[in-house]
Amino acid sequence: MRLVVVGNGMAGSRLVSEVRTRDPHMKITILGAETCQPYNRVLLSNVLAGSSRPEQVRLLDASWYESHDVTAAFGSTVAHIDRETRHVVTEDGRREPYDLLVLATGSDAIVPPIPGVERAIPFRTLDDCERIMDSADQAHAAGQRAVVIGGGLLGIEAARGLAGRGLPVTLVHLAGHLMERQLDVEAGEVLGETLAGLGVDIRTGVSAAGVEADGVRLTDGELIEGDLVILACGVRPVTKLAAEAGLEVRRGVVVDDELRTDDPSIFAIGECAEHAGTVYGLVAPAWEQATVAADVITGGKALYRGSRLVTRLKAKSVELAAMGETQLGEEHAEVVRFSHRARGTYRKLVIRDGRLVGAILLGESDAVGTLTQLFDRGGPLPGDRAGLLFPGLSSAPVADSPTLIPDAAKICQCNNVTKGQIRACWEAGARDVAGVAAATRATTGCGTCRDAVEGIVGWLCEQEGISV
Amino acid sequence: MTATKTHCPYCALQCGMEIGPGLTITPRTDIPANASGALCQKGWTAGELLTNGERLTSPLLHGEPVEWDVALDYVASRLSAIRSEHGPDAVAVFGGGGLTNEKAYSLGKFARVALGTSQIDYNGRFCMSSAAAASLKAFGMDRGMPFPITDLADADVVLLAGGNVAETMPPFVRHLTGPRMIVIDPRRTQTAKLAWLHLQPTPGTDLALALGMLHLAIADELVDEAYVAARTTGFDEVRTSLASWWPERVERITGVPVHQMRQAVRALAAVGKAYILTGRGAEQHSKGTDTVSAFINLALALGLPGVHGSGYGCVTGQGNGQGGREHGQKADQLPGYRKIDDPAAREHVAGVWGVPAADIPGPGRSAYELLDALGTPGGPRALMLFGSNPIISAPAAEHVAERIAALDLLVTCDFVMSETAALADVVFPVTQWAEESGTMTNLEGRVLLRRRAVAPPEGVRSDLDVIAALSERLGHHFETEPVRVFDELRRASQGGPADYSGITYERIADETGVFWPCPSTEHPGTPRPFLDSFATPDGRARFVPVQHRPPAEEIDADYPVYLSTGRVLAHYQSGAQTRRIAALVQAAPEPFVELHPDLAEQLDIAPGDVVRVSSRRGESKAVARISDAIRRDTVFMPFHWEGANRLTNPALDPTSRMPEFKICAVRVERDS
Repeated sequence: MRLVVVGNGMAGSRLVSEVRTRDPHMKITILGAETCQPYNRVLLSNVLAGSSRPEQVRLLDASWYESHDVTAAFGSTVAHIDRETRHVVTEDGRREPYDLLVLATGSDAIVPPIPGVERAIPFRTLDDCERIMDSADQAHAAGQRAVVIGGGLLGIEAARGLAGRGLPVTLVHLAGHLMERQLDVEAGEVLGETLAGLGVDIRTGVSAAGVEADGVRLTDGELIEGDLVILACGVRPVTKLAAEAGLEVRRGVVVDDELRTDDPSIFAIGECAEHAGTVYGLVAPAWEQATVAADVITGGKALYRGSRLVTRLKAKSVELAAMGETQLGEEHAEVVRFSHRARGTYRKLVIRDGRLVGAILLGESDAVGTLTQLFDRGGPLPGDRAGLLFPGLSSAPVADSPTLIPDAAKICQCNNVTKGQIRACWEAGARDVAGVAAATRATTGCGTCRDAVEGIVGWLCEQEGISV
Repeated sequence: MTATKTHCPYCALQCGMEIGPGLTITPRTDIPANASGALCQKGWTAGELLTNGERLTSPLLHGEPVEWDVALDYVASRLSAIRSEHGPDAVAVFGGGGLTNEKAYSLGKFARVALGTSQIDYNGRFCMSSAAAASLKAFGMDRGMPFPITDLADADVVLLAGGNVAETMPPFVRHLTGPRMIVIDPRRTQTAKLAWLHLQPTPGTDLALALGMLHLAIADELVDEAYVAARTTGFDEVRTSLASWWPERVERITGVPVHQMRQAVRALAAVGKAYILTGRGAEQHSKGTDTVSAFINLALALGLPGVHGSGYGCVTGQGNGQGGREHGQKADQLPGYRKIDDPAAREHVAGVWGVPAADIPGPGRSAYELLDALGTPGGPRALMLFGSNPIISAPAAEHVAERIAALDLLVTCDFVMSETAALADVVFPVTQWAEESGTMTNLEGRVLLRRRAVAPPEGVRSDLDVIAALSERLGHHFETEPVRVFDELRRASQGGPADYSGITYERIADETGVFWPCPSTEHPGTPRPFLDSFATPDGRARFVPVQHRPPAEEIDADYPVYLSTGRVLAHYQSGAQTRRIAALVQAAPEPFVELHPDLAEQLDIAPGDVVRVSSRRGESKAVARISDAIRRDTVFMPFHWEGANRLTNPALDPTSRMPEFKICAVRVERDS
């Protein structure tokens, strides 16, 4: 069996390692257009922000391929799929035969067709990232400003990263609020306020008409000043290869639940694939698809049923998680909300049939882990919604004043001693901790109940004083 | 009678205690583990089992009391017959981590020399084998805590991954009052309640959590680069492998918020002195070895191991959990923590035993695999059981009971009628802690002396006597005096990683314990073995790249809740001892199922209801306890009673062969 994978990004490299784990012998070739090792695109925002170095985001070491008997060709762009003879043909003329082919060609940054756009740098690849960092350092040194076009996840992360490098940043966004696909209006506004506090100037509801030497010209004529302009206007699946080979392509390459295209020997995964009408732009679905495809390719049975989407912003001092259907109104769902804009806090649960179908958590929250899992698993929610938004609310420590503790309460766990026993011991004449310890062994284990025992004995002595 | 200095019969802390007239127990103040004079309720009440009428005092043959010679002759002849009919591996030996070093040593020799079988393993496999395997990979040596316990008190931060010392070994907590404590546990345990920071991950995701924390340490530039360069190898590969474990991904898997992970990592990195400790919660998984490797990687990246005042350690559980894994009752080991497939080790030990090296069998089956093979074609037909109660303590316990029932011969050595002893063809009544002398090696690697304080009841003999008497009938001479056995153990361990050759009973008494390795009587012992170099060929610690994977059994529509198992303060292991002590029974009378109020509401379960818990392997009933200390998706059952382990999953760790005790999928219902 000869497996050829086109695309050495997060989906393609993941698929190769998943297949190799399952089958040590399959002949595997991976062809990647980028010249470098596969890297974790999710972490590019950290690289831009300076919290990860470029060499810290690579997913596999160069030696991995040889040590795992995988043939890898980097900087090798596939020009053509010959489905008749089952070969892929690269631009430099290499013909690679396959029994099974996986397309993991990913997506390209959308570059809006506006005058001067070539002055802007898209934010998509590690190369882009390094270009932006170089320019940002120069701009910072020269006391210049930056403009980011696009207020989606990536644009916000880029803007936050540049602001963190000390560069004044303006973010311009077409829609009325930030991350409009993931957030409702209020969340978008609270997010904007948080970012403003971190040095990102937010302009929503505006459209870029062109990129000029000293900034971005809006359609209303205003110039947003900026010497460095970053594009984060979304991505488009790379489907040309598939389309030219005659495979069914809509927005992405159409695949079934086994991730097969309409040619059963060709699979597509990741951002180039369209499953059940959806093209995913996050890594978690791409890796889930890689797992299923690897199972199918190695003869196992597995089906991909779509992914639940959790978006987690990676921007220093901005905690944001958004999942599922966050925009449903009260007429369609049960909505639980807490908003405290002065603190940058906004929390929203969207519940249908007793299950969490969407959530927004803006501002640091201990609830994020639990809510993400409740959303992922689709399990029934507890009746107490407040406890979900504010974990720890229901488990507030009970008053442990000696007066209020019931006699049956265990004071010393290690030696199973109750308040009643301590009282009895006091009544029998013990007037300090040592006396109680000698009689009951309370405090002789881990020792953490010493203060409590002291408190009870002291309180009893006080009571005695009062009665006398 | 004057007071006798000895140690508690239970956990690996081995608290010092004196037994005085009338069997009164007083804590010693010369043993560092409990130098403050601490004991928990188990320790205080340990003496009751000496006199409370639950003791076995006569050998039993098919349930009837018989003379010792009758029972010994019977067993020896049956063993010989089974061996000659089915070969030497048809006879198996199963030991325990509560046995003294002398017994553990004799048991290994008994199996390999007198019985000639490779089929020996012990319940320590169920205890710390994953931590041992990971420590061996990273440091070249496994000494649970490679530092004295008293070092912990001076630390700034201690991270405890999957350990509940406030219940399992309460006096341990006295060493943790100084440091900030970070506890990783799916339950808000008594220990977690003492913590400065409690991370409450989904059961079975500790490995992901450790990877996420190391990812953060790297991203936030908290790695001790100078230490990594000077004292370790393999960091680059690990660094690359961590690119896939960014914290937001880990948050989704573990349920632990990113900001809490960051808080933990920063606390560990910001200070001068920090420790990372792992317990069974992190280890008893089908990926326990990799989980411990991930925590060791974190410790190495932060520059902790092998530095005075910092480090990594495994909190060993059983009384002689450390010594029990060093002297040959483990399937793949020979005395001195030697590997059984190492030709030089075989030569050395064969020389001490006076047999040709070629006669020493090779490695045998691991504990669960051994139990699983009993009575099957090609599996053992006879089992000699010492200091263990697998009917209660093994995973998939009903299956294990079936395998034990399929044996031609089951022989147990016990001092009470444990659930497994009750099934035996022959039961030998043996001495317990206060009735015998011997050495125990505690969780620090400190060799301690347990002294005989009282005479055993008439009719009771030591396990060493049983081993020697059977060996004699099989044509071999074995020592029975503990001190003479220890002298032989010293010679057998000489030159091995766990070298006891310089340790004597007198030294232990004078020095209140000696740390191994101790290669000569002039050697002071080794409290902190890694300060200069690690026990690897190049002296450097090894980073081991590992990846998270899900548990062997995930929750689904049929079994929608996680089950985790563990301990309660009042009981020890299978409860064979502690369930026979009135005060402990009063403190914790019965098994229970702990569940979250939200889950209870959903399942219409009220406190005190009888709850039926079922897994793919069996079912069990217990009383409901409702507590928000547990996650909504998890129930907890203590394993000291029959029941919890009917449910647990015997999926094994590929390296350590540790079963996945800590997580399986169950269904929970109110019992109508």
